[in-house]
Amino acid sequence: MSEARINWISGPVLRATSEQQFHIHESIRVGEVGLLGEVIRINGDEIVAQVYEDTSGLRPGEAVFGSGSPLSVRLGPGLLGNLFDGLLRPLTLEQGNFVKPGIQARVEEKFGFTPRLKPGDQVEGGAIFGTLNSAKGRPQYALVPPWVNGEVTWIDEAGEYPDDKTICIIKESDGKEHQLSMCHDWPVREPRPIKKRMKIQGPLLTGQRILDSLFPLACGGRAAMPGGFGTGKTVLQETLAKWCDADVIVYVGCGERGNEMAGVLDEFPQLEDPHSGRQLMERTLIIANTSNMPVAAREASIYTAVTVAEYLRDQGLRVALMADSTSRWAEALREVSGRLGELPGESGYPAYLSSRLADFYERAAAVHTLCGKTGSVTLIGAISPPGGDFSEPVTTHTKRYTKVYWTLDSTRAQARFYPAVHPLLSYSEDIQSLVDFWKQNHHPDWLKQRRRFLSMMEDQQRLERMARIIGKDALPPRQQHTLMCAELINEAFLSQSAFSDIDRYCSPQRQAAMMRLIHHFIVKSEEALERGVAIEDISSMPLLRRLQRMGEEIGEDNIKAFTQLSHSLDEAFSKLKEGETDAAG
Amino acid sequence: MLQADLSSSGSITRIEGPLLFLKRNVNVGLNDSVVVIDEQQRNRPGRITALDDESMIVEVLETTSGLSLSNTRVRFHGEALHFGIGPDILGRVLDGVGRPIDHGPPISSKKRLRIDGMSINPVARETPRDFIETGFSTIDLMNSLVRGQKLPIFSGGGLPHDRIAAEIARSAKLLGGEANDFVVIFVAIGVSYDTADYFRNTMEESGALNHTVMFLNLASDSSTQRLLTPRYALTAAEYLAFEENRHVLVVMTDMTNYCEALREVSASHGEIPGRKGYPGYMYSDLATIFERAGCIKGCGGTLTQVPILTMPSDDITHPIPDLTGYITEGQIVLDRELHRHDIYPPVKVLPSLSRLMKDGTGEGFTDVDHPALSNQLYAAYSRAIHVRVLASVMGTEGLSETDRLFLQFGEEFEREFVQQGQRRSLEESMTAGWELLMKLPISELNRLSDMQIDTHISDRERQQRRGS
Repeated sequence: MSEARINWISGPVLRATSEQQFHIHESIRVGEVGLLGEVIRINGDEIVAQVYEDTSGLRPGEAVFGSGSPLSVRLGPGLLGNLFDGLLRPLTLEQGNFVKPGIQARVEEKFGFTPRLKPGDQVEGGAIFGTLNSAKGRPQYALVPPWVNGEVTWIDEAGEYPDDKTICIIKESDGKEHQLSMCHDWPVREPRPIKKRMKIQGPLLTGQRILDSLFPLACGGRAAMPGGFGTGKTVLQETLAKWCDADVIVYVGCGERGNEMAGVLDEFPQLEDPHSGRQLMERTLIIANTSNMPVAAREASIYTAVTVAEYLRDQGLRVALMADSTSRWAEALREVSGRLGELPGESGYPAYLSSRLADFYERAAAVHTLCGKTGSVTLIGAISPPGGDFSEPVTTHTKRYTKVYWTLDSTRAQARFYPAVHPLLSYSEDIQSLVDFWKQNHHPDWLKQRRRFLSMMEDQQRLERMARIIGKDALPPRQQHTLMCAELINEAFLSQSAFSDIDRYCSPQRQAAMMRLIHHFIVKSEEALERGVAIEDISSMPLLRRLQRMGEEIGEDNIKAFTQLSHSLDEAFSKLKEGETDAAG
Repeated sequence: MLQADLSSSGSITRIEGPLLFLKRNVNVGLNDSVVVIDEQQRNRPGRITALDDESMIVEVLETTSGLSLSNTRVRFHGEALHFGIGPDILGRVLDGVGRPIDHGPPISSKKRLRIDGMSINPVARETPRDFIETGFSTIDLMNSLVRGQKLPIFSGGGLPHDRIAAEIARSAKLLGGEANDFVVIFVAIGVSYDTADYFRNTMEESGALNHTVMFLNLASDSSTQRLLTPRYALTAAEYLAFEENRHVLVVMTDMTNYCEALREVSASHGEIPGRKGYPGYMYSDLATIFERAGCIKGCGGTLTQVPILTMPSDDITHPIPDLTGYITEGQIVLDRELHRHDIYPPVKVLPSLSRLMKDGTGEGFTDVDHPALSNQLYAAYSRAIHVRVLASVMGTEGLSETDRLFLQFGEEFEREFVQQGQRRSLEESMTAGWELLMKLPISELNRLSDMQIDTHISDRERQQRRGS
C-alpha cells in the first residue's frame, strides 16, 4: 500500500508528496481519522487529491494512504430501503444526531439466500447464482461479479447469512479460485458491462398527466427538468419517485435540503406502490448529500447513484434514477476545479463540464443484461439555473444530452398551478416510439389529440397577446372558444395536485379517458358554435365545473364515470341547441 | 482545556487586508483558531485558512490596522474556533464573536462547541410539522411557517422588514399556545446601531428580553468577523434547542451584508470570482448556515430561522436572493409598490412560498380547508394580476364581467387581506379569506370542492342575505 505526506491543504483539496506509486482516481485515506479521498492529478512525485469529508484540523506532514483501487462502492442486498451518504456509506440513527467525519459504519444484517446453481455449473460474469431476501427491500438476485468466469465448485445451502460471508466458490479454467459473497465492489466512475443495448420498448409511466400524455419519457431514456427556485422541482421529483412504474427508485438528494430527505424518509414507508401493492420504501434507495455536507462528496454522489442503478438493472429491473439537483453537482465540480487553479470556462465552470454531463447521461439505457434478462436505467435530472436563466452552461449542455425536457415555469408555480411544466417550452423526442403503447392502451388517437391540445395552448398564448391590445370581448367567438378550451385543458387536465389522495397518481387508462373527454368537449363545443350557439352559453354551462374538477372527483376505481360524464355532456349540448332556438323564436 | 498553546513571534512575512502570511514554524492544522497579539497587547481572534510546508495564512477576524511584521505575536490554540455556552446566555447581549457587551458577568461555559457545527444526520431529522402562528394573514394562511423551518424575508432597502421580523419574534406562538413559546436569538450582521437598538427596545417592551439573546455585529465592525457572527449565534441556538430543549427562533438581519463580507474576504484570498464577483462556493457556504435549522428525533427543542436579506436594487435574480432561495424552504417577498400604497405588511404574495406548508397545515394540524383556501386565493389573485395587466393597456371597458370581478377582487385582496392593522389569528385570517372569495362567481372557484363551497361560501352568503 502506497503512502504519501501532505504538504498543502486548501478546503477539500490537498497536495502530498510520495516516493511510491499512486493511480489517477485511486481512493485514499487521509490523516488519523482516515478521511476518504480520491487522487485527481499526479505531477512527478506530487499527487493532488480531493477529500470527501471536512478537512478541518488536517495539517501538513500527516499521512495519506493509497488503497490500490479506484473509488468503489459495495453493491449488495442491503441497499434498498435505506439511506446513504454520497459515498454509499449507510446513514443510520446509531451514528447520532450529527454526521461525523471518518465514518466507516456498516449495518450488521443478515439476508436470506437461496442458491440457484449447483456445483459443476459453468457461469459467466454477471450471472445469477442465487436469490436474496432482505427485511427492508424487495427480493433481489445475487450476481457473479462481471470479471469472474468459471465452474462452481461449492455453493452454500439456503439460509440466512451476513452479506460478506463466502457463499459460493468459482474456479476459473486456469485454476484461480474466486470466493463470492452477496456483495461485490465496483468502481463508481466505470459503467458496468452489458450484453447489448436495446431499442426503446415503452414509456416510464409517471402517473402525471402532463408528462405521460404530453411529454412522455421512454424507459431507459433521460430527462432534464430545469426550473428556478420555488417552481416545484423537488416536489415533482418526489412525486415521480413515488408513482412512476419503475421497479426500483434511486433518489439522489445532491446538495439539497435536509428537511426534504427527512420528509421522504417519513412519508415513503407509509405509502403503497400502486403497481405492486407493496410498501414504497422497499423499492427505494436514497443517497443524501445535503447542501451542508462536504462538497467533494457531492461530486461523487452522482456516480455512486448511477453505479447502484446499473447494478440493480443488471438483475433485470427497471430502475429510475432521480438526481436533485445536477446543478449542485456541477457547482461541486467548479469548486474543486477552482481550488486546483484550472483555467475556468463559461461562468467559471471547468471546460470538461460538458463531457462529464455526457458521461453521466450516457449511462441511461435499456439493455440486455449479462444474466440474460432485460433491464433499464432511466435518468431524470433536475437543474437549478441561477436566476432562472435557462441559457446558463449546465442547462444548455444538459439539453444536448437529454431527449426529454420538462421546463418548470415560475409564473405557473406562482399561481399554484402544479406541476408547473410549461407546455410550450417543454419537449419530448420519444413521442413516435410510444405511439404503440397508447394504441395498446385503447387510445389510438393519442398522437392526434396530443397535437390538438398543444396547438390550442400555442394559440392561447398568441390570442392573449392580442387580447391585451383589443380586449377579450372584441375577439371573434371562435377565438374566444380557443381561449376557453385552452383554459379547460390547463385546469382540468394539466393541473394535478401532488398532495391530493385521489389525483396524485393517474393511470394511463384514466389519463386516456380524461384526454378523450376533454377532446370530446372541444369537438362538441365547436359544433355548437358552428350551429350558432353563443359562446357565453357554452362557457356558462354548469357541467364545465364537473370537467374542471374531474381529476379530484373521479378516482381510479370509477373510470366508468368519465363515460357517464361524456353522455351528460352530449345531453347538455343538445339542450343548448334547444335553448338557442327558444331564444331565436 | 486547550490542546496546544503555542506562540510564535516574528514569523509574519506579509499583511494584506485581513490576512497575515506567516512562516510555518509550529505544527498546526487547517481552520485552527489563533489569537493575534499586537504591540499594545491587544488580542484579535483569527483562524488558519491555508497551509503548506513552509507557510500559512491567518485570517484576522478584526481589523488588521496597527499590526506590524516584527512586533506581532500569534498564539495557536491547536483546535478550531469553539464557543463556550451555558443556559445563562439567555437575556444577554453579545458582540459578533460571542463576548458579552452588556457589562454583565462572563457567560458560564457549560459546554464548548465548535462554531462550524456539524451537519445534522438526515436520518435523525424529524419532519417539521408544528404550525407557528405569526399573526400575519399572508404568512399564516398563505405561506405557513412551521417549527424547524428556515423561511427568509426577501426585502429591499427602506422596506419594513425589521418591523415584521420584530413582530414575528414578539408574537409568534403555536396554535392555541402562548406567545412566550420561543427563545429568540437576534443576530445583527453588519446592521446599523439603530436597527439593533430597535430590536432591543421592542423585545424589552414586550417583556421578552429574558427569552432573548442578541448577537451584534454592527456596520462598524470588521467584515471578517461578520462571517463568524451567524455561526456563533447558531452554535448558541443549537445548544439551546438540542441540549436545553428550548424552541429557538433565530432572526438574522441582514444576510446581504454577510455575503458582501464573503466576497470581500474571498477577493483578498485571491480566489477566482463567480457570478457578480461572489465566490463560487457561496451556495455551500450559505448552506452551512441555513441547514442548521431543523428538528431532531428525540430532542424536545427545535431551531427555526427567519433570515432577512435586502435584495440589491430589488432584483430577485441577484446571486444573494437566488442562492438563498435554493437553500431555504421558501421565502416571503416584500414589495416596494405595496409599501408605497401604505399596505402593511407589504408582502408580495405571488412569489412568496413556504415549502413546508404542506406538512404543517390541513387536517390534524390547522384547519381541514386551510390548504384548499390558500390554493384558491392564490389562483384567484394570480388571475386578478393577469387581468390587471390586460386592463393596464386598454382600460376596464374591454374586460368581461368576470374579469372585472377579478380585478375588484385583486384590489380588495390587497387592501383588506394583505393589509392588516393588528394581529390576526389563523381563524380570523381564514374568515377574511372566505369573505373575499364570496365576491367571485362560484363557477370560477375550481380549487374548492362542492362541499367547501357549500359550507363556507353558499351558506354564509345566504346568512348574510338573511341578515341584511
